[in-house]
Amino acid sequence: MLQEVANTMHKRPKLRLFALLTAPILWLVVAYLGALATLLINAFFTIDSFTGNVVQTFNFGNFQDMFSDAAYKNVVLRTLGIAGAVTVLCTILAIPMAFYMAKIAKPETQKILVALILTPLWASYLVKIYAWRTMLEPGNGVLDWLLGPIGFKSPGFGGPAIIIGLSYLWLPYMILPLYAGLSRLPSNLLDASGDLGAHNWYTFRRIILPLIFPSLVAGSMFTFSLSLGDYITATIIGGKLQMLGNVVYQNFSINLPFAATIATIPVTIMAIYLWMVRRTGALANL
Amino acid sequence: MTISKSARLALAALLGIGLAFIYVPLTVVIINSFNASRTFSWPPTELTTKWWAKAIENTGVREALKWSIIAGLSATVIALLLGTALAFAVSRYEFFGREVISLLVVLPISLPGVVTGIALNNAFTKQLGMSTGLITVVIGHATFCIVVVYNNALARLRRMGTSLQEASMDLGANGITTFRLVTLPNMASALVAGGLLAFGLSFDEIVVTTFTAGPGIQTLPLWIYNNLFRPNQAPIVNVVAATLVLLSIVPIYLSQRLSSDSSTGGRF
Repeated sequence: MLQEVANTMHKRPKLRLFALLTAPILWLVVAYLGALATLLINAFFTIDSFTGNVVQTFNFGNFQDMFSDAAYKNVVLRTLGIAGAVTVLCTILAIPMAFYMAKIAKPETQKILVALILTPLWASYLVKIYAWRTMLEPGNGVLDWLLGPIGFKSPGFGGPAIIIGLSYLWLPYMILPLYAGLSRLPSNLLDASGDLGAHNWYTFRRIILPLIFPSLVAGSMFTFSLSLGDYITATIIGGKLQMLGNVVYQNFSINLPFAATIATIPVTIMAIYLWMVRRTGALANL
Repeated sequence: MTISKSARLALAALLGIGLAFIYVPLTVVIINSFNASRTFSWPPTELTTKWWAKAIENTGVREALKWSIIAGLSATVIALLLGTALAFAVSRYEFFGREVISLLVVLPISLPGVVTGIALNNAFTKQLGMSTGLITVVIGHATFCIVVVYNNALARLRRMGTSLQEASMDLGANGITTFRLVTLPNMASALVAGGLLAFGLSFDEIVVTTFTAGPGIQTLPLWIYNNLFRPNQAPIVNVVAATLVLLSIVPIYLSQRLSSDSSTGGRF
């Protein structure tokens, strides 16, 4: 029996391909994309304020509400600002770290450093944000205790806390592609630049930065997009501050069409990002 | 570019600051689990192991751990099957839409979890009339776990080429025998790495889980989240948190033994 199946399969590559593709495509296209499309269609529906049921008449009312209400506009801008700040902070922290790892550390040290960067990726997301709650606690937090003597005060829970927390979560995702990109960069390019009289900073700006740009885009895909949809971090260390994800979460049970409308923003931005990343060839740099 | 001594020192200092930024909070979590005080106070005035003993006996934690493991293993098995099949199709065949597969698999993990979560919840409960529970959690988790298996399997298949399989077939082995004796052993370490990553992703997931788990199911992240703001549970939460930090060394140790195909272990 099995032998027969094997023989038929061997003679018919189309059938083999069909057997391989059916289950994953059903799962990802029909189940996942189908669910996603069903949700996003809701953005054009409304809710009956009396019964709370979704009314399936096509209209743009939710989008008008979203763009005209200053409160929602602020949440969108704030979320974009936070995601941007996280990306900048991660980039500034990651570049020197990745450079030291790739170009200065000895091969043995390099291995240990990579392991040190990878380990926190496996530590629970929730635990890491919880850790920052104890770090940032105003008054008796660890940060005040640690840096208080040098005159630093914890920013407490709010926007800056969210930026620190999200940067903490996604920093390894920025370091790793940069490290890979810098490792591939031939050291003699840097030597040549130095021999021709360029200073360190000039070499960095004109030689290194353009060459590691795809890695930077790859890293920013995580720092930016993962920040964009987050709501747990904002709930735990954001104080009263809300991000897009919080608004989606709150509307989910009371007004699904409006939750779907808000959700179109991160989905659209992400789609643009993925398309851009594909064009720079950064997907191959992950 | 000869890097001057001062530049080296400056870079080493920045690396040190970065590592401190990463490791100080994790260290705090571990120390805090031994903090004798019931409410949060820093620095701890007295250390104790009694919270560890209490946490081990805690039925809520045990139950949550059980659900996390069951959901993680089920999602990993599905992701292994679907991800490997997809990787075979993409690496060995030409077909319409092949170029967008890599985009399709990465989508569930790149779109915000809250969007995936409410989309699945809406589809399960409103469109299909299902009630949420273990099955819906597993379906949700498997969806975003496929990508890590796919990436690892694809990288390995591309590196392997087809000559070994062709040799096996030329020597008279049929497709099944070739797969069992040639292809699978050559892919084993990539599949183990992918499976490990998939389990790790599932074990840590909270957002999609929030929307797909019914009232009867509480995974470990959900348990932590639900008890985070309950002051009398704080010591137990601290111990669970410390355990998860310490456990993160295990997969790193395992992956050092397996060689992985890319810098992130093909996580993305």
